[in-house]
Amino acid sequence: MSAVRASSTPETARLLEVRDLAVSFDTADGVVQAVRGISFGVERGGTLGIVGESGSGKSVSALTILGLTQGASISGSATFQGRELLAMRADELRAVRGAGIAMIFQDPLSSLHPHYRVGWQIAEMISVHEDMPRRQLRRRAIELLGLVGIARPESRVDDYPHQFSGGMRQRAMIAMALALNPKVLIADEPTTALDVTVQAQIIDLMRRLQAEFQTAIILITHDLGLVAEIAEDVLVMYAGRAMERTDRRTLFYTPHHPYTRGLLASLPAKGATGERLTPISGLPPSLIRLPGGCPFHPRCSEVLSRCRTETPPLRELAPGHVSACWLPEIHGGAE
Amino acid sequence: MNAAGTGRDGVLLRAEGVVKHFAVGRRWFLPHSGAVVQAVDGVSLEVRRGETLGLVGETGCGKSTLGRCLTRLYDLTAGRVEFDGHDISALSRRQMRPYRRRLQLIFQDPYGSLNPRRRIGSIIGDPFAIHGVAEGRERTRQVQELMELVGLNAEHYNRFPSEFSGGQRQRIGIARALALRPELVICDEPVSALDVSIQAQIVNLLADLQSELGLTYVFIAHDLSVVRHVSDRIAVMYLGKIVEIADARTLFERPRHPYTAALLSALPVPDPDVADARQRILLSGDVPSPVDPPSGCRFHPRCPKAREECSLREPALEARGGDSPRHQTACHFPIAEGDELALAAHAEPPGAGA
Repeated sequence: MSAVRASSTPETARLLEVRDLAVSFDTADGVVQAVRGISFGVERGGTLGIVGESGSGKSVSALTILGLTQGASISGSATFQGRELLAMRADELRAVRGAGIAMIFQDPLSSLHPHYRVGWQIAEMISVHEDMPRRQLRRRAIELLGLVGIARPESRVDDYPHQFSGGMRQRAMIAMALALNPKVLIADEPTTALDVTVQAQIIDLMRRLQAEFQTAIILITHDLGLVAEIAEDVLVMYAGRAMERTDRRTLFYTPHHPYTRGLLASLPAKGATGERLTPISGLPPSLIRLPGGCPFHPRCSEVLSRCRTETPPLRELAPGHVSACWLPEIHGGAE
Repeated sequence: MNAAGTGRDGVLLRAEGVVKHFAVGRRWFLPHSGAVVQAVDGVSLEVRRGETLGLVGETGCGKSTLGRCLTRLYDLTAGRVEFDGHDISALSRRQMRPYRRRLQLIFQDPYGSLNPRRRIGSIIGDPFAIHGVAEGRERTRQVQELMELVGLNAEHYNRFPSEFSGGQRQRIGIARALALRPELVICDEPVSALDVSIQAQIVNLLADLQSELGLTYVFIAHDLSVVRHVSDRIAVMYLGKIVEIADARTLFERPRHPYTAALLSALPVPDPDVADARQRILLSGDVPSPVDPPSGCRFHPRCPKAREECSLREPALEARGGDSPRHQTACHFPIAEGDELALAAHAEPPGAGA
């Protein structure tokens, strides 16, 4: 790729580091506490999966890092290459977005402008950040569309978004996200709107691009299957908090937090046709009236009396494995 | 009426050569202009009493359209549907009425299928009103009984849909569908819009209701792991046709159609070891447009096993090479033991999509 920026400084701290991030919104119904103190980070070439159900705060965290949550009260810190993102001016942040950290969204149709040609939209994205003659911009757009596996990119570059299928639009979004060779790619439910066979193509594409360009990926998803496929580390969120954070294998084989275990247990298991599933009882809490203590305690099957009043801190169980639960370390494990 | 065997052999619903075409882009002053979307194109299947038939496929494969044809929410373009031995494919709305009670649908979108301005007690009571079954106190009592049956608090009778979460709204939809004690329920993506932990609650509820009320289900979904869990038999659709139908276990263990195999291999598995070890069959391109489906076998442009014959001759849905009659595949070159399909992995998409 042409836009590679040589960085000579060895990166000791993590590329993207988020600490104690809290985000809340003031609404007519009360204060929505979307994110309540979460920390995570990614290294160059690494993949972090953020899992959680609707309303767990996973998307809001990502949007906040990029300065895309207007009107929110934000605290905590998010550094990219050592620079604080949350304190940046709008123009500084704009320079980081796209070139440093790029994001792909769930719905590619509403993220592409219906009125402009796909190639033009990719070119515009580049021209905002780099001075490049028009013909070169066009060539670059064609190159990018080819890179993400769109057949005959030289003719497709002049198509409008509606002429693309869902999978192709998501590819175009990825092409746009990769246009400036970002260091971090945040993918928010990138394949949720797509069919499984197309999802497999997109995941394969993201993997290959990561191997080639050493892009760090943050994958936000509700799909545990997807996490098992590509994440190295996983953060499980519930009601705006981190419940558990560990590597992929530990998460799936020896999870600690009852919420993580509940999520895994509620999946239809292979070869268990017709057997009853094990759902988590109850419903997620309202983010305006959160329960005291551990936010999961009203639904937890192993609730202790202190869970109702005291919020469990993230506790290190083993190197790289933290869990916000009062239960002892050696306990049940994977079921 | 016509009783061509349905009912007697335990078959509750039989579809024969069901075709549903939609006209698109037609202009009023040119009645023959525009194109035709071949949403469902010659589907035959049987649903036996008490079983769950899963119907899977990707966007635009016609699974939802088929579900609506089976319940006569759509008129058929061609073919016939028999319910309990009676041909219902040509009945008028009025003639259809007695069957409506026995044949119900549950929809995907728990938000869009409930009128936000009506109280849920009256929404669930609609079927009683429409069919003049129960009135006044008796209706209220029956509605509350239904609410309890599906795990809703009967005291919430007077609440509005907006006061319920997605999972609870799906319970409301289920209660409404079950009001008249139907025999067959077509579930169209009933859990796709729900979070994992809630999804399991609804899947269990549907299973409980089935055994309690002796229901027969057609379960339409794109999520294969859920379909495998609930179905006795599964039919896989691609571009308006059934490409493979078999017992759930057989389909997952020994798929014969390359499309089925690709679907299964694309399914993310929540198990890192399995995910790392397996070979994926990556299909190239997207599903072609149903306006102008490919010739011969409709899957041939994306098929890793396609040969010349596949583009010329359409394969019939039948038992292939030693399979039992319950396992039918529409493929000229079905997968045999030891076939290596993953090789086709990174083929460039030839004229993808459009």
